[in-house]
Amino acid sequence: MLAGVDLDLEEGSVLAALGPNGAGKTSLLQVLAGLLALRDGSGTVLDCDLATARGELRRRVGLLGHHTTLYAELTAQENLAFALRAMRRPPRDAGPALERVGLTGRLASTPVRSLSAGQRRRMGLAWLIARRPSLWLLDEPHAGLDPSGRDLCDELVEEAASSGATVVLTSHDADRAEQVSDLVVTLAGGTVARTAAGRRARRVA
Amino acid sequence: MLHDALLVAGKDLRIELRSRVLLWQVLPFGILALVLFALALGPSEAVLRRGAPGLFWLALLLAAVLAIARSAGIESAEGTRASVRLLGLDPGGVFLGKSCALLVELSALGLVLDLGLLVLFHVDAARLALALPLALLAVVALAAVGTIYGALVAGTDVAGTLLPLLVLPALSPVLIAGERGTASVLAGGGPGRWAVLLAVMAVVYVAVGIVLYGPLEEAS
Repeated sequence: MLAGVDLDLEEGSVLAALGPNGAGKTSLLQVLAGLLALRDGSGTVLDCDLATARGELRRRVGLLGHHTTLYAELTAQENLAFALRAMRRPPRDAGPALERVGLTGRLASTPVRSLSAGQRRRMGLAWLIARRPSLWLLDEPHAGLDPSGRDLCDELVEEAASSGATVVLTSHDADRAEQVSDLVVTLAGGTVARTAAGRRARRVA
Repeated sequence: MLHDALLVAGKDLRIELRSRVLLWQVLPFGILALVLFALALGPSEAVLRRGAPGLFWLALLLAAVLAIARSAGIESAEGTRASVRLLGLDPGGVFLGKSCALLVELSALGLVLDLGLLVLFHVDAARLALALPLALLAVVALAAVGTIYGALVAGTDVAGTLLPLLVLPALSPVLIAGERGTASVLAGGGPGRWAVLLAVMAVVYVAVGIVLYGPLEEAS
């Protein structure tokens, strides 16, 4: 449940949302993805009205959620190829994206249900790379990843923002989130309790 | 819509080929049901032949509920629904694709149960072959209704128990028309108005599914 959340994000910026469990971080991402309808209030994301253009918005965002992306019975390669075909994109784009996150060879052709939690997360990141969304929504992206995976995730966030995409991520790791973001908001009980500048803003400036 | 339908149908069939739920769970259940029905009727060939059409459709219907639940379950995993919604697939195309995959699976199931009718119920093979087009019409309707109700219960915590409660009454017109038409063909007549009725049902259910699938997905 979110209430009184007022956010204004520029293209190419990174917002980190912190807060305890149940603070509204995941709900915020679902609203921004067009998956959750607003009961009250208004908003525009990527020039799409949250009340009337959620379908258009969904096609332009990429969401890395807590759970397995797409189909557990299919391999990472098949999942990405399916998703790319759905978006009228060539399925061959799946290969470089999987390579970028280290899912190559046998791992790319293993059913997702047999991959570890960290490998599934990497597959989710590969999907974002292949999808090239204008808005990256990452729900606790570092969870389940090993140190190299966490570093890779931060690299991808920086690359996405540098290329003009906007990134919104949630995290319980305040130091890491502050490091990669321009703006850090702390949610509590569904409202913004605190706003602060992130270290990326200072680096970019 | 056609592009998305082919994509979704291919994906569902690929998942079935890999998981083999139809082969190892749904098919044995259908055969078991048919065997039990035959045992319940006793050894009289005349009685078995008379009961064959109804019991075939009953066995197919019960096994179809399992196949429908499986088809809906593919889309219900946590994370899958959100991910798929972000792909921007045409809901009508998703409905058609899932219905087509279910149609292929139920047709295969029906053919195996037809063999069961030959072995266990002593029906005439040539007449049974004449009833296949009628059965195909009924299976189109089954697949369409099943896909609609699968989407309706998807996302609920009680999908497994709610689905049969909702879908079996909705499928009863298909069961009745299928049984009457099959009985007529096996008795040496034609399917007559039952084939027309099943064709109308198939067209109506498919049209309703194309229109309703999107709103159902949004609501569930």
